[in-house]
Amino acid sequence: MKKIYSVLVENRSGVLCKVAGLFSRRCFNIDSLAVGETEDSAVSRMTIVSSGDQRTIEQIEKQLNKKIDVIKVKTFDEPESVSRELMLMKVKYNKSNRRDIMETCEIMDADIVDMSKNMMVIQICDVPERIRLFISMMQGISIVEMARTGTLALQKCLETEN
Amino acid sequence: MIGADAIVKCLEAEGVEYVFGYPGVAICPFYNSILDSDIQTILIRTEQNAAHAASGLARVSGKVGVCAVTSGPGATNLITGVATAFADSIPLVCITGQVNSELLGSDVFQEADITGAVESFVKYSYLVKDANDIPRVFKEAFHLANTGRKGPVLIDVPIDIQNSPVGKFKYPEEVNMRTYKPTVKGNMAQIKKVIKELEKAKRPIICAGGGVLLSHAEEELKKFAEEYQIPVVSTMMGIGVMPTRHPMYYGMVGNNGKPYANRAMNESDLLLMVGARVADRAVNQPDVITENKVLIHIDVDPAEIGKNVGPAIPLVGDAKHIFEDILKEDFNGEHSEWIALLNEYRSAMQPVRKPNPDYVDPAAFITMLSDAMEEDGVYVADVGQNQIWSCGYHIVKKGRFLTTGGMGTMGYSIPAAMGAKLADRKRQVVAVCGDGSFQMSMMELATMRQFDVPVKIIVLKNNYLGMVRQYQHFTYKDNYSVVDLSGSPDLEKLSAAYDMKFMRQYTMEGVADTIKAFLENDESVLLECLIDPMDLV
Repeated sequence: MKKIYSVLVENRSGVLCKVAGLFSRRCFNIDSLAVGETEDSAVSRMTIVSSGDQRTIEQIEKQLNKKIDVIKVKTFDEPESVSRELMLMKVKYNKSNRRDIMETCEIMDADIVDMSKNMMVIQICDVPERIRLFISMMQGISIVEMARTGTLALQKCLETEN
Repeated sequence: MIGADAIVKCLEAEGVEYVFGYPGVAICPFYNSILDSDIQTILIRTEQNAAHAASGLARVSGKVGVCAVTSGPGATNLITGVATAFADSIPLVCITGQVNSELLGSDVFQEADITGAVESFVKYSYLVKDANDIPRVFKEAFHLANTGRKGPVLIDVPIDIQNSPVGKFKYPEEVNMRTYKPTVKGNMAQIKKVIKELEKAKRPIICAGGGVLLSHAEEELKKFAEEYQIPVVSTMMGIGVMPTRHPMYYGMVGNNGKPYANRAMNESDLLLMVGARVADRAVNQPDVITENKVLIHIDVDPAEIGKNVGPAIPLVGDAKHIFEDILKEDFNGEHSEWIALLNEYRSAMQPVRKPNPDYVDPAAFITMLSDAMEEDGVYVADVGQNQIWSCGYHIVKKGRFLTTGGMGTMGYSIPAAMGAKLADRKRQVVAVCGDGSFQMSMMELATMRQFDVPVKIIVLKNNYLGMVRQYQHFTYKDNYSVVDLSGSPDLEKLSAAYDMKFMRQYTMEGVADTIKAFLENDESVLLECLIDPMDLV
């Protein structure tokens, strides 16, 4: 079962290490992990995607809550969330496939953000599933390197939320 | 005032009486400042034992144990002791010196990333980068260590921070941590639910762990068990929650526990786990043991509930508070049939030993020794066969039984016994170890002499690492590997070297007199008991 953990932590040195260490020590999986400051610079948000059975999911939440630097843990499923991932991909192109690449980018809502005579950097920001689709669409092209942020997610807006 | 003075002031404000440690350059400012204080420093002979001694002190006094060591090897040597305290949930504050903060990360002499290294063995750790943070950090550290699920907290202080000037010293009155608010009081709705289940139960049993002792809930537990007629078993860390001979107490559960205690737990229809982790030693197959019964799990640490066993009715909170709240409720407890059955099991399933008459029988010896000890005496068991015999045959009256059930660190007993003695010099303290575990801590005899800490030591000598030998006996059909302890010192000569009284017991003949003489005066004695090398627990 896949779960997204949205974890607010104190923005202190060593906190990332403590949280990541918790996952490795207790043999929990990390599918992706993204960290960044929130509107309050003293607080960071970690978005962790992890999978496991019911007991593991419960333990992850409890163990996270036990960490002194963790302020709040929210756990939710992918469908309950708005999630995005950013990917940058550098590809080699030539005359014969340039059009194809540009078309794929257009269909997939990806942008070409840098270019040289035979290389381009493509940026795509979308749900993780569409990122995977985009990668598979680009398989036939020579990918030089790529970088992904991992999933960022927030819970969908609820009526009751204030 | 400099940072080091501030640290000492913090310790004074916390009512610390003893600091166990070992100096080195990086902690010297602290050890210089502490000269002006009434806090006594105990020079331990190796850092690991500083943490064990602090653990013994914490467990007997209920206060936080404190140790202070230097950077690099001093700090890394401390880790096993910290990990032991963590596994057993013992409150410690461990101060480590560190190299100059400007040199951090450059691998200079005696630099070790200790906060990184202990991360999975501490409740929390600090690296102090500003001397003005010292009061807040220490206030938080003591609070963290001794509240909620207790445990060790480490504070790493670079030497330049210890030496840098501090403005006006003010120790905070309150802790203000938005991320740490342990649940102490149990949820009333959950308590009501628990009572409902208790009312329905025909064969309820309480399995008490070390958490009951840590929350000082022994009296409440006893009252609860007596009032509602619920039998009690305990884990290894829970030994001492009730007097051994209390009619409602049925001994320790687990691999090495009493057969009738395990049977009682198996046959119950309601199992109330309190302050216990349900680790593999206590409950071999958690899924099996919880079949066909209602499981109620009380723990101050919500993460323990459902970790090793489940599903359960969770009740998060401090055992003392929860028992107090349950005791306020009125419900009927009558389980005389169940109790009669357990009493039958207890008399029918007593383990039978066939001791070799050429040696001291450790089981009988431990019973006689603990029975002869002062009522409130402290018995510290080490790790190995000696620990299992101690758990099985020791009699608790009003005293304490200390051992490391969680980590199982050999060499724990002597330093922990020193800490226990310092916590309350009026109490009799006996450390019981094997010849293997004794040699892991025998350097502390010097500490005992130097600071006049009269601990009584029993060495059950069989010239083997007995527990491992026993394992190899069963698993590898007597192919013994690296368990022979030949070459061990003559303990009589060793005692003489440390100017300690020595006694030796060869067989059970005259044991009662030996024990009497051993316990007689409040002085350090080393009593060697020769036991059968082939004996099994």
